[in-house]
Amino acid sequence: MSQQNEPTDELNEATLLAQRVSTGASTAAAELENYLATIEQSEGEIHAFNTVLADEARTRAADIDQRIAAGESVGPLAGVPVAVKDNLCTTGVDTTCSSKMLEGWKPPYDAAVVESLTAAGAILVGKTNLDEFAMGSSTENSAFGPTRNPADVTRVPGGSSGGSAAAVAANFAPLSLGSDTGGSIRQPASLCGVVGVKPTYGAVSRYGLIAFASSLDQIGPFAHSVTDAALLYDVIAGHDQRDSTSIPTGIPTVSDGLDAGVEGLRVGVVKELSGTTEGFEPEVARQTQAAADALAEAGAKVDEVSIPTVMAGLSAYYILAPAEASSNLARYDGVRYGLRQPGANTAAMMRASRTAGFGSEVKRRIMLGTYALSAGYYDAFYGRAQKVRTLIIEDFERAYQDFDVLLTPTSPCVAFPFDAKTDPLTMYLNDVCTIPSNLAGHPAMSVPFGTGADGLPVGVQVMAPMLGEQTMFRVGAALENAAQTITNGGA
Amino acid sequence: MSTATNTDDKTQSVLPDGWEMVIGLEVHAELATESKMFSPAANQFGGEPNTNVHPVCLGLPGTLPVVNEKAVELAAKIGLALNCTVQRCIWARKNYFYPDMPKDYQISQHDKPLNIDGSVELASGLVVNIERAHMEEDTGKSTHIGESGRIHDAGYSLVDYNRAGVPLIEIVTAPDLRSPEQAKEYVQELHDILVAIEASDGKMEEGSMRVDANVSVRPEGSSELRTRCEIKNVNSLRSLVRAIEYEAKRHVALYDAGEAPRQETRHWDEAGGRTRAGRSKENEDGYRYFPDPDLVPIDPSPEWLDGLRASLPELPHQRRTALVERGASMSAAVLAVSRNTDKLAIAAIDSGSDATKVMKHVEQNLAVEGAETLQPADFAELIRMETDGELSSTQTKQVLAEMVETGNDPASIAAAHGFEAMDTSELETMLDGIIADNAEEWQRFCEGDDKARGKLQGFFTGQIMRLTKGQADGKVVNQLLQQKSGNQ
Repeated sequence: MSQQNEPTDELNEATLLAQRVSTGASTAAAELENYLATIEQSEGEIHAFNTVLADEARTRAADIDQRIAAGESVGPLAGVPVAVKDNLCTTGVDTTCSSKMLEGWKPPYDAAVVESLTAAGAILVGKTNLDEFAMGSSTENSAFGPTRNPADVTRVPGGSSGGSAAAVAANFAPLSLGSDTGGSIRQPASLCGVVGVKPTYGAVSRYGLIAFASSLDQIGPFAHSVTDAALLYDVIAGHDQRDSTSIPTGIPTVSDGLDAGVEGLRVGVVKELSGTTEGFEPEVARQTQAAADALAEAGAKVDEVSIPTVMAGLSAYYILAPAEASSNLARYDGVRYGLRQPGANTAAMMRASRTAGFGSEVKRRIMLGTYALSAGYYDAFYGRAQKVRTLIIEDFERAYQDFDVLLTPTSPCVAFPFDAKTDPLTMYLNDVCTIPSNLAGHPAMSVPFGTGADGLPVGVQVMAPMLGEQTMFRVGAALENAAQTITNGGA
Repeated sequence: MSTATNTDDKTQSVLPDGWEMVIGLEVHAELATESKMFSPAANQFGGEPNTNVHPVCLGLPGTLPVVNEKAVELAAKIGLALNCTVQRCIWARKNYFYPDMPKDYQISQHDKPLNIDGSVELASGLVVNIERAHMEEDTGKSTHIGESGRIHDAGYSLVDYNRAGVPLIEIVTAPDLRSPEQAKEYVQELHDILVAIEASDGKMEEGSMRVDANVSVRPEGSSELRTRCEIKNVNSLRSLVRAIEYEAKRHVALYDAGEAPRQETRHWDEAGGRTRAGRSKENEDGYRYFPDPDLVPIDPSPEWLDGLRASLPELPHQRRTALVERGASMSAAVLAVSRNTDKLAIAAIDSGSDATKVMKHVEQNLAVEGAETLQPADFAELIRMETDGELSSTQTKQVLAEMVETGNDPASIAAAHGFEAMDTSELETMLDGIIADNAEEWQRFCEGDDKARGKLQGFFTGQIMRLTKGQADGKVVNQLLQQKSGNQ
């Protein structure tokens, strides 16, 4: 991987595109047309988008080309089309959370990350589909219909950022943004065969991200390559005064030193999530082992590590996230914006609007969360879940005394067919590997590593301690390198 | 609220013998900040509906709250002024659906409020314990368009979010108050403290200070706490007194009838002079409080608190004490402090004037608007001039009035009017003329009994004052009358 200064690898699509556009080797307008043509051709089948902004994107591309012609420096994402999850606010552009509740709602402001994209010279090409209010692991919970997995259109792309993962996988855009509350970036990245990153909690401003569970939500990039993901990470990460949970100092940049290798790094393979656990597909377990072996081959010290409380994370998560969601989603009451259904009085109007506006998964989680916070149950549910969260953090801290990064599968399984997991509990189990990082606030990323059943993509997850993104991306780059070598060697 | 009330006893209780009231107050005060609690929108009273708003205080999807540091500073100052422990505090969400509230939850503080365990000492000597003083955001205001203006039969409602997100402090007392008068005195004192430290403008009429009263009754001498009712919609001190009286009597009547009050929120109906059971609100258990994940705890450092403590001005009770220590009565001190004329009184007393004389002027002659703007040195000088006989008491009053009006110093005002203490010989000549003109009255004055002398003394003094246009010193005139009538 020596593409740092001279990117040549075709996976580094965004990096190369920005270089072509800013050096005048190509124009933003011409590059954009390629992507719009692909969207035109395949979006009908994939349904990655709730809104495609073709005209707006063309205007923006022309503007960027003009500025470059005028000798201006446009930024690190000069002319790069980016798709943005439809729970990120965009001024004057529908921001729906794939919910009937917010259908047609146009925010009067841009999310902080959207501002960052604009400042970096990116072009917003569309708003991507998601599970309603980011609640789900398959994008089947969208009020506007599911997204299909470009790797196999009979299967789900994962979720909740299924649209953003599919948009990159289908070449609708070289980069996209998603949000990750319990795995909503990493799991669809894994299922669609792209790179997906959940940054450290507080590394990327949540201002303008429509909240699902505020203490767990983070925005992060999707890309074809670790290099491209790093490029986007560096654009969106940084302190923002508008988000009180934003980390004031010490947020790393990751693009430099990606190719430093893993010599001497200590890699822990998490025993409890190693893939021998019940419910894990054997091919997924094998690929994870192969990834660990590849890192050892590259000079890392690989060992098994136990995180005893990690399995309790799932239960804690499905108390805490719905509890926060029940409060975050209270504001959709029909009074100020969004769907309103008539009612005899204010309370009846609110009830009717919420009944009509929310889908069943959202209602299920609001009810779960309301129950968990109710007097008399608070200590037994919310209080205990917080304690579990603390224990998980302590377990991780212990593990990171001996290891620089931890390795697990991203998802226990490859992409599954539509309607395969109609039981909520079965669906929730998809998140078992990804949830612990959200609970701990730690960064984690999914890197494609070979294929599993039916030749479908498998992703492995690299987890790192708080603000450990530099090391995490380095390991990600090494895994990507190894995966390509294996693929090429096997071909 | 320009007057303070000194209250004391339960002897004037409106309750039948053997009953006593137990009252605790919750006072909400809007903090005097430029912007709102968590939003950059202006914190301003009035204005066209929905003009002082921003995506954050409208709770638009994706917005996040950011704590207004000035609001925390003011709230901590209030805590310090109320002798509270100012502690690390955690923001909590109080969840309930209400159209006034853009997020359908209120950001407040629950089990870890900023200020706890304080106290306020009132002029009457009563010490009221403060359980907590926590920060929260205000709600908007609904207007119900329809028959009665009440929500349940309104045709439609309009919501104004200008007030939504305005920073509030909620100050909660222990159930330490035993009469409506004590409640009133406490609210007055609290108001004066908030205004003194410039934490709130304390305007009850604009709703920037709102009082809810928790009222119960019990047999006198008992220490039990019986079922209380929370009385809302109390918009003035007068209403507060009336509402508490009404509610306490209602409780006694219920107990007398063998019943008991239910714990509930009741609304004061000013026109009807009664409390009414309100919309049965979700109780404390229904709010599903939990720590707000969008905000981080506030941890006040000892250094920061020391700085705030040092910045506090003298508080009303300290100012009253300063006057009382100089010989003023407590009631005069209360008045002077509430009118902001205590600095004048202290300056006059400290430059050697008699406290009683000074306080008399403060009470009687400084009860005018603008009096508090006098220069303390000027006021002290005026009292000295009177004491030294340079001005008569009538002249003193006149000069004082003009000082308030013009801001000029007493010496130049007195000089401009030609006020100089008349010498006794001039008065004597004048008096001789009067005696000559009223020989019969003079004889009766010299020979009459005390009653007659008293009447006629007034007559002769009046004549002198008429001739001198009030410039004569009444004491000197009196002395002359006694001398000439041979009674000295």
